[in-house]
Amino acid sequence: MLDQLTYKSFGDRAILIEWPAEINNKTVKEILQFKEKVIQYKKDFVEDCIIGYHSLTILYIDDVIDFKTEVGSLKSIHLEASATLELETTLWKIPVCYDVTFGIDLEEISKTLKISKEEIIQLHSETIYTIFFIGFLPGFLYLGGLDNRLIIQRKPSPRLSVPKGSVAIGGSQTGVYPMDSAGGWNIIGKTPISFFDIEKINPCFAKPGDQIQFVPISLDEFKKVEMQVNIRLYKTLNSPSND
Amino acid sequence: MIKVLASNFGATIQDLGRTGFGSIGVPTSGTMDRYSSQLANLLLNNDKNAAVLEITFGGCKLLFETECTICITGADFSAKVDDKSIALNTVQHLKKNAILSFGKRIYGTRTYIAVKKGFQTEIILGSRSLYKGITSENVIRRGMYLPVHSNQLVVNRTFTSVKVNPLHFNSEIIECHKGPEFEFLSETQKKALLSTYFTISSNNNRMGYQLEELIKNDLASMLTSAVLQGTIQLTPSGKLIVLMRDCQVTGGYPRVLQLTENAINRLAQKTTGSNIQFVIKIKK
Repeated sequence: MLDQLTYKSFGDRAILIEWPAEINNKTVKEILQFKEKVIQYKKDFVEDCIIGYHSLTILYIDDVIDFKTEVGSLKSIHLEASATLELETTLWKIPVCYDVTFGIDLEEISKTLKISKEEIIQLHSETIYTIFFIGFLPGFLYLGGLDNRLIIQRKPSPRLSVPKGSVAIGGSQTGVYPMDSAGGWNIIGKTPISFFDIEKINPCFAKPGDQIQFVPISLDEFKKVEMQVNIRLYKTLNSPSND
Repeated sequence: MIKVLASNFGATIQDLGRTGFGSIGVPTSGTMDRYSSQLANLLLNNDKNAAVLEITFGGCKLLFETECTICITGADFSAKVDDKSIALNTVQHLKKNAILSFGKRIYGTRTYIAVKKGFQTEIILGSRSLYKGITSENVIRRGMYLPVHSNQLVVNRTFTSVKVNPLHFNSEIIECHKGPEFEFLSETQKKALLSTYFTISSNNNRMGYQLEELIKNDLASMLTSAVLQGTIQLTPSGKLIVLMRDCQVTGGYPRVLQLTENAINRLAQKTTGSNIQFVIKIKK
């Protein structure tokens, strides 16, 4: 198991740890456990830990003086009490309005993939997705688990402006745009939930390892929830996840 | 208060950046050329993390409604106070209602203006660095007011003038480490990467610098992973992108080289048409 990990020097003050290049829930769990241990043992020396699909990058506050010694230390941390660390994860239910008002690419996806709009919505909302990591934009979740039948190419040229809250699919991925941004994915709906709120102590409620399920809502419900979100009355539904 | 009478596209307030929020996708940001911004804070005896004004390609005009002790470092764009030249890399005292402006470019790209105790703009997630989507403003615009400490009296006036290393602005050598995917390149690709005399394209900003010359790229695409300030990505079309201070936290292109901290600072003083050459730093 352990020998499957590789350690690479990444500039003067980072070390990149890589797992075999696969996307799966087991890898994300291992990465998160390793990250927790690194934070536990090296808190005062580490500036940040960045997670990728199969990688953990440790960015140190100061230059790594001796790469080999540091890797040795990381390996011993990894070995230590491997199984004891239990991560608490949450299942978040995210309301999404798949009405064509927002789902501006639904018609085209339906034609390209030769499945009905209703089926697209069903396939997209019955899956429970795992958050692998957060990147690209503040609060942009990289989700794993999209149904194979929804795999579709990105737009040939990205849109210059995709509105905040847009729910989209591209390649084998799905996600929510946390703020207005350029983007090349196919838009299928919109959520009134804010994935990045700078006014909050914890600007992004979700974390890697958590799960996301999209719950279809009507246009009327969307407006109601949007209003509650705006006056900060809405509470995102969640429950302990059992994966 | 300092009133902005004129500004161009590139003016921003920056400190050492927003560290520790990479795991929720927040870029670090911070001054593009830390060497110059730190020098300004050092000369003023400021906090290391004091916020400074970063100006790209001059073009700014500021009205000091508060008497202020300042230091200008970085690029030389013929700074003037009330039409009289003002020296860089030294502490200066500006009287109430003084107007600071810039003119002809002598060298460099980014100028730093530090004030005693730093600019007192809003702190978001531990930093004053402006970034779209994080801070309420993302650029410095005409008509804006920049808050400063009102007590600007100089107690221990220093006359220190520092001579900056001209290589910081002139050198075309950019020191790098091998990136995580460097070894996946063929010998021909490696050679091209380390021997080409690259030109900076007009597509250069705080997020990244794209280079003109292409490297033939046949590497397989990779799964999204961390990128850092100073990471050089090789895109499928063969274009190289050097990531700068406002870069995203993750990326999906092979990371072929990694600039040293000092190399990022030097690159920040270069602009469209400047030439650079990458050299692997020998590890001690």
